[in-house]
Amino acid sequence: MSEEASLETPVLQIENLHKKFTHVEVLKGVDLAMKSGDVVSVIGSSGSGKTTMLRCVNMLEDFQEGHIRIDGEEIGYLPGPDRKPKKEVEVARQRAMTGMVFQQFNLFPHMTALGNVTLGLTKVKKLPQDEAVAIAEKWLARVGMLDRRGHYPGQLSGGQQQRVAIARAVAMSPKVMLFDEVTSALDPELVNEVLNVIKALAGDGMTMLLVTHEMKFAFEVSDRVVFMNQGRIEEQGKPEELFRNPQSKRLAEFLKSAQF
Amino acid sequence: MGYQLNFAPVWRDFDLLLSGLGLGLAMAVFAILVGCLIGLAAAFAMVSKNAVLRRVASTYVTIIRNMPLFFLIIFTYFVVPEQLGVRIGKVEAFVATLAIYAGAYLTEVFRGALLALPRGLREAGLSIGLTEWQTRLWVILPVMLRNALPALANNFISLFKDTSLAAAIAVPDLTFYARQINVNTFRVIETWSVCSLMYVTTCYLIAAGLRVAERRLAIPR
Repeated sequence: MSEEASLETPVLQIENLHKKFTHVEVLKGVDLAMKSGDVVSVIGSSGSGKTTMLRCVNMLEDFQEGHIRIDGEEIGYLPGPDRKPKKEVEVARQRAMTGMVFQQFNLFPHMTALGNVTLGLTKVKKLPQDEAVAIAEKWLARVGMLDRRGHYPGQLSGGQQQRVAIARAVAMSPKVMLFDEVTSALDPELVNEVLNVIKALAGDGMTMLLVTHEMKFAFEVSDRVVFMNQGRIEEQGKPEELFRNPQSKRLAEFLKSAQF
Repeated sequence: MGYQLNFAPVWRDFDLLLSGLGLGLAMAVFAILVGCLIGLAAAFAMVSKNAVLRRVASTYVTIIRNMPLFFLIIFTYFVVPEQLGVRIGKVEAFVATLAIYAGAYLTEVFRGALLALPRGLREAGLSIGLTEWQTRLWVILPVMLRNALPALANNFISLFKDTSLAAAIAVPDLTFYARQINVNTFRVIETWSVCSLMYVTTCYLIAAGLRVAERRLAIPR
């Protein structure tokens, strides 16, 4: 992609996103755009819709209104007023455009660290085994897990599992990485090893959308911080501005309670 | 009184008993393999979003699991051929019945194993771009089958013992020959005790073998 094109087309564009779970409206019109290389953190109290928004981008949740585009490509639904869902094979292809890292790691327990990373490369990207292994080893080295490539998830600590999960997602070379509270299930002493890996990826220019409760981390790593409240984006801006000088009362309260 | 044990008539026909045992094992293996396929399909149907599929699968389980196996055998061997005007061999009829019967039990085994999986496993498969079917094949099945293995072993042993009912429609299995030798020689105690021991030993060996398999296949942790 040329420089110009990347300036014009956002890598990720969320437009008027509405999501209902049977009776509860969780997202009430969310708009968000990210350029290539952007690191955006989403903060907010639980139930504000942060995770749901992320899951909509990865199409793990359907949504009733609005559009999500990745590199200008409409995600999940065919154009037209009746909003027909795209074919499953098409959805799978689009999912691979984003890389998701989950709160609970969700590694494949029956595969080694290496096997976890190569599965998508051989089955989705259809790469030959040796090529897949080379890519996987490169990323495992990047997250500091190369020496544990033969270990099974059950033999790794939470922090190590999460680093493998990050390698599994980035190895697919997604256009956007999605991180869903990836340190919330970790023991406090394991949080930093994961955050450092994410920071390094951000330094590489990876486009990243993070849902996080780590305020200090969000402050340090983000180009922009988004505060969500009751299914809407209430405020967003550069971390210094947003954290030092919150405009809305809710954000001020939230930051106070987050003891930042 | 003064009954003299005489195993000679039993040993004389021991090759018949062995062939019967072999047939029983072969029928059980075939039935569990086909039963696994039925059970897997029905288990996925039971947890699917499609209400019709769920209905079909649960009706199958309800009917088959709540009927005595003996009735099912009589039904497939005598009633079905007459109604449809087709001939079915004894062994074929029995194996088919046993597979359908096993399938109903295995549906519940697999359904339980599916429900026990963490929800995130499927999502992780999907999130790297696998389709639903690829996720089932490469992620869900390998984990779920390992979890189901102990229950599967249990079912296989049970199924092997159930092959003794094949004698009811004159399939020449171990029980069939036991009855034959018993009738011909009147060596009641000798015949049935030898055959019992053959069933027990075989089941014990199957269980031991499957436990080894279970350990070998266990996910390292």
